[in-house]
Amino acid sequence: MTATATSARSDLSELGRSETALRTFLHGLPGVDQVGAEQRAAQLGTRSIKTTAKAQAIDLAIRMVDLTTLEGADTPGKVRALAAKALRPDPADPTCPHVGAVCVYPAMVPYVAEVLRGSGVHLASVATAFPSGQAPLEIKLADTRAAVEAGADEIDMVINRGAFLAGRYKEVYDEIVATKSACGDAHLKVILETGELATYDNVRRASWLAMLAGGDFIKTSTGKVPVAATLPVTLVMLEAVRDFRAATGRQVGVKPAGGIKNTKDAIKYLVMVNETVGPDWLDPDWFRFGASSLLNDLLMQRTKLTTGVYSGPDYFTLD
Amino acid sequence: MSERVAVRKTYKLFIGGKFPRSESGRSYLVQDANVSLASRKDARDAVVAARAAVKGWAGATAYNRGQILYRVAEMLEGRREQFVALGLPGDEVDAAVDRWVWYAGWSDKLSQVYGGANPVAGPYFNLSAPEPTGVVAAVAPETPALLGLVSVIAPAIVTGNTVVVATSPTQPLAAVTLAEVLATSDLPGGVVNLLTGKITETVPTLAAHMDVNAIDLTGVTDAELAVELEVKAAQNLKRVLRPAPVDHDWSADPGITRMTTLLETKTVWHPKGV
Repeated sequence: MTATATSARSDLSELGRSETALRTFLHGLPGVDQVGAEQRAAQLGTRSIKTTAKAQAIDLAIRMVDLTTLEGADTPGKVRALAAKALRPDPADPTCPHVGAVCVYPAMVPYVAEVLRGSGVHLASVATAFPSGQAPLEIKLADTRAAVEAGADEIDMVINRGAFLAGRYKEVYDEIVATKSACGDAHLKVILETGELATYDNVRRASWLAMLAGGDFIKTSTGKVPVAATLPVTLVMLEAVRDFRAATGRQVGVKPAGGIKNTKDAIKYLVMVNETVGPDWLDPDWFRFGASSLLNDLLMQRTKLTTGVYSGPDYFTLD
Repeated sequence: MSERVAVRKTYKLFIGGKFPRSESGRSYLVQDANVSLASRKDARDAVVAARAAVKGWAGATAYNRGQILYRVAEMLEGRREQFVALGLPGDEVDAAVDRWVWYAGWSDKLSQVYGGANPVAGPYFNLSAPEPTGVVAAVAPETPALLGLVSVIAPAIVTGNTVVVATSPTQPLAAVTLAEVLATSDLPGGVVNLLTGKITETVPTLAAHMDVNAIDLTGVTDAELAVELEVKAAQNLKRVLRPAPVDHDWSADPGITRMTTLLETKTVWHPKGV
């Protein structure tokens, strides 16, 4: 893997110029050993993380949470409450860190921005006709620009899966490049929607494609399709960002999203990050969890560690 | 032909309608069998399962809950011989079946007896209705192994609560066999969860657990432990049923206290029309 990537180092920036070059490169990536990847992911999931290590992992996981609400029923009041929770996840414990970011629809960005201003909590917004991505490019770009103008400093875009699966890689690449420039200073997270990509080989190709096109983060899923983030898919993506840094020197973040509901799962991901890409990525700037119910479970586990008593959902906010 | 080798049974926990081994992998030898030794994490998992079952069970109609409990009694009757083979007196098994039927009958009658209209000075209807408290942790008495267990479980669940029960440490086989009865009686998974093993390991966790709404200390014989558990239970104001007296007669009429202690009363004011 690394050998292929390194030999391609010189011409990586040229790849986006032609469909053929892009296809040759992406199809030249080594295939993913499906059984191996799943076994490796399962094996890393068996590590036992206890006591002080667990406390550290929980605090890190809280700092990595992108507290998300992406519902048709979102209201200004609801997103404000969520933003307030992002600042002080556990009002009873001032030592509890704030989360990484709040993630909302573009129309809700102004309300969240009021609450988060100057707090250090990032404000992410999905854009580009989330979650399907099936809209004309101008509309996707307008969607992106509107979110950035309203105050979002991170944009979660969806790739055009229709084009990707049809093999029109250049089209996907150009859309990401265009969205990146529409983002301005905002960070761009590229959602691959791995549940719709069917194979790990496609996940690896889509990861490289997103990174080559300038994505700052690659994100597994929208959370709107039945199959969301899984450990093996995240493993493939982590290997991709590791190899991409080895090839280009640029570090890209990873964000699994959807289906991560409890502390145990979150810690499995952290173990995998540490074992696959190393501690460089064990930071909210480089690894995030897209989640909503995960935060309450992290807080309950944190309370268990500090008080010695199992807590219950009655003692944390419903959101 | 070689002689047939008998298949020995593994006695496991009963959590969320399934029969898992203890998360800790431990077991202990009792009544000539290997029985799972539940850990505090099993207790935690059981509470999670019990909590998940509350919505469906408390939301079921009283009639439906009654039917399911009658069904449990039928299945219990059918397994009479199996309980006798475990060394339980036939009388006790019969009494346990009768006790179960007795409580089943209360499902759609308790709200008439324990709730009703209150006289108020004003143009209002004022109605009180009993509602289940939620997740109940219970310690089954040491003996009688089956009748005592049934007398603890049935009054808790008939009103719509779900239970996590620490079974008799010295006679757990009757409890695990009862779990097999419950698992085949249309009772939704998680309504009853059984933890076999040491009371000192699982019950303090349950008593302190913030997501448990009531605790039944019936089977706690150690007075000091009972006090410690009550103190823990006070942290989130759990309803508490005190330990049973040493000479408690389990065959006597139980009365409705065991049911009513595990209820909350909801009172509604409603304006009267002209």
